[in-house]
Amino acid sequence: MANDGVDKGRRRFLTATTAVVGGAGIAMAAVPFIKSWQPSARAKTAGAPVEADISKLEVGQMVTYEWRGQPIWIIHRTQAQLDALPSQDSRLKDPNSSVEDQQPKFAQNEHRSRKPELLVLVGLCTHLGCSPKFHGELVPEPFDPDWKGGFFCPCHKSRFDMAGRVYDGVPAPTNLVVPPYYFIDDTHIMIGAAEGAA
Amino acid sequence: MANRLTQAVTGMQEWFNDRAPSFGPFYAKHMTSYYAPKNFNIWYIFGVLSMVVLINQIVTGIFLTMFFKPSAAEAFASVEYIMRDVEWGWLIRYMHSTGASAFFVVVYIHMFRGVMYGSYKKPRELVWLLGMLIYLVLMAEAFMGYVLPWGQMSFWGAKVIISLFGAIPYVGTALTEWIMGDYLPSDATLNRFFALHVIALPLVLLLLVVLHIFALHEVGSNNPDGVEIKKGPKGNRWSSSAPADGIPFHPYFTVKDTFYTGCFLLICAFIIFFQPTFGGLFLEHDNFIEANRLVTPVHIKPTWYYTPFYAMLRVVPNKLAGVLTMFSAILVLFFLPWLDRGKVKSWRYRGTGFRVALFVLGICFVWLGKIGSGPGTDPVETIIGRFLTAAYFGFFIFLWVYTAFGFEKTKAVPERVNGHD
Amino acid sequence: MHKSHPWIAGFLLALSLGFALPAAAAEEGGLAPSNANLADTGSLQNGAKLFMNYCSGCHSLQLMRYSRIAEDLDLSEDQVMNNLNFTGVNFGERIPPSMNSVDGKTWFGAAPPDLSLMARAKGVDYVFNYLKSFYLDASRPVGWNNTVFPNASMPNPLWELQGVQTAKFKAAEGSEPAQFEGFEVHRAGTLKPEEFDKVARDIANFLQYAAEPAAMQRKSIGIWVLLFLATFTLLAYFLKQEYWKDVH
Repeated sequence: MANDGVDKGRRRFLTATTAVVGGAGIAMAAVPFIKSWQPSARAKTAGAPVEADISKLEVGQMVTYEWRGQPIWIIHRTQAQLDALPSQDSRLKDPNSSVEDQQPKFAQNEHRSRKPELLVLVGLCTHLGCSPKFHGELVPEPFDPDWKGGFFCPCHKSRFDMAGRVYDGVPAPTNLVVPPYYFIDDTHIMIGAAEGAA
Repeated sequence: MANRLTQAVTGMQEWFNDRAPSFGPFYAKHMTSYYAPKNFNIWYIFGVLSMVVLINQIVTGIFLTMFFKPSAAEAFASVEYIMRDVEWGWLIRYMHSTGASAFFVVVYIHMFRGVMYGSYKKPRELVWLLGMLIYLVLMAEAFMGYVLPWGQMSFWGAKVIISLFGAIPYVGTALTEWIMGDYLPSDATLNRFFALHVIALPLVLLLLVVLHIFALHEVGSNNPDGVEIKKGPKGNRWSSSAPADGIPFHPYFTVKDTFYTGCFLLICAFIIFFQPTFGGLFLEHDNFIEANRLVTPVHIKPTWYYTPFYAMLRVVPNKLAGVLTMFSAILVLFFLPWLDRGKVKSWRYRGTGFRVALFVLGICFVWLGKIGSGPGTDPVETIIGRFLTAAYFGFFIFLWVYTAFGFEKTKAVPERVNGHD
Repeated sequence: MHKSHPWIAGFLLALSLGFALPAAAAEEGGLAPSNANLADTGSLQNGAKLFMNYCSGCHSLQLMRYSRIAEDLDLSEDQVMNNLNFTGVNFGERIPPSMNSVDGKTWFGAAPPDLSLMARAKGVDYVFNYLKSFYLDASRPVGWNNTVFPNASMPNPLWELQGVQTAKFKAAEGSEPAQFEGFEVHRAGTLKPEEFDKVARDIANFLQYAAEPAAMQRKSIGIWVLLFLATFTLLAYFLKQEYWKDVH
């Protein structure tokens, strides 16, 4: 048939090479289209780090900021709340914050923060994304007679301690997320970046 | 191992063929056993190239709709959002805008080819008619697409073109208001043009393209010699029943078209990356100013692919007559298969009169295009434009007289096609 | 006719040039070339500084972000925020006008337009020539006129640098309108004419950049795309030649 006197090897080689180069071309051409779905410059600007002023934050109080559409809590913990933290370890799923995605490296410590008294958290339950309620007092609560302060999610009854660590036996799988942040000075926190801009 | 793999592949093929027995023959009919004349020359690549552009327009268009806002308040800014804030958005937009112009370049050459080699003649009249419908839909598609960025040219172009319908007696004004959904091009107009541009007309276009190709494959392709290879001897090295001068579309024309597509993409890429506005022809300068209904640009002109017809509109002193002239210039092309009574298809063997007339037609079209893109203020140019318009229509009258009354002296058409290049 | 490969390139090239050349020629009517160069980062940085100091008081660049300028012009966030940002908005924000458009309308009779796309709409040479063509004209509300854009409603923002010039016209004769003959220096500026040309060029260059920031990348990417396509096309050519050995 069509094969008399044909250099089959050369034909196969050229077909394969052209196909591979053409395929690579199509793959490369696809990159701009895929990348166009990335957050745009506008979205990045809207999601830029947010500066929080904590000069008026009293001990025991909480303020909420918004970063990338998420509530960011900043809580000035009392000494009593801090002292109670180690006592909860046995009741927690991940007392040592060993799940690495839940906090930056700098917050992988017992109080899960840069400064022990100042807690910064993304205020969204790790179960299904409801925003838990802050119950700061160390008093028995209907949902926990041995409450040492923390957060309670009304949606599916998940409980977290005063470092945002999740209790055993609740639906939330992991500790509350600590966002990247750094201190600009003693009274200002930049939320959304782990260190100052170069 | 290899045996297992072969078995698996064969098994899958059988499974598929059992359930869709007509798919294999369908593929064969249009690819491996579609015997196309072996003497296709460069003029025969533009059908495939228009397919390439169509795919480009659909893919880039889908992505543009993801970022574009079809409202008069946001459209202009959203296009610049694509150009600046969306990663690679500028490339996607330039691919689409360059593709639009490239579409008309290849379609115009494709149509000219059809006239050169008599591709509209029996038995391919239906192929020609479907092609003409594609051209009409393409013009509407391009016009509406050009309105979307909502620049000065978008707005004023829309205003001028829509007002053409106002020339129709009695219903004109009501019709233009109905088209715009307002008393001037507005948010409502932009919104409906968006819907037509991104979904309605592309669907029609795709359907027509499929019909165009099916209609072609029923009768088989014409060729530069205008010889019907199906009427010639049978039998070639691939099949004993296929035309002797035909070769399978796949692989011979797929590899050839791949090469030419590469050449074409090189030119397109050069424009996209180095000359995206193409000196103001593909993206007009005034369209970088947002639409302003109170300020008319000094020099309104449509995009280059409409300018030959726009010139005809402008050189005719009466509005209704101008509109009729313009639409007739397109309409007359539909009748080409019946106006041309010549027995010979290809210009290679046609009378000198035809060759000269075709050359003049080409000149008229390009020159009118140049006049239509100019300011239209030069009275000498207007006279020339009238002359060229007359010559454009003269081509069709001449063609009919020349061929229907036996004036054409043709050369002998060969029995078989000349070799290939 | 039958050997068509060499002339495909020629044909398509001629086609492209046939369209491009008349268009390109039509653009440059009567304007001195600016010689603005997007590859000259120093010129762009200087243009940005001049724009922010002399133009941004009235004109916004609503489509341009400070952060993008930093990225494209090799400037740090601090450099941009300290030397170019006089509006106090965030680094990622777009450049707003300092003056609100109502004030502009009362002072100049027309709101100063946004300049983001001006260089694309009018051409970079237009901007360059416009900046050099202000002259004193007592008949205008602000006392200034411009030969490139007659009856422009803004005063010369660069007069201290350029100096003040007046225009000489040949008087109107019959139906012929007055013909512009040239400028005369009324009062010298702080810069020499060549130095002022550089000022106008750098501002024009910066506005050219602002009108299409993507122009900074597209050419360098384009080279690689063309090289890749050329390779592919060459391979496809060999493939085509190989298969077409079958066809006689």
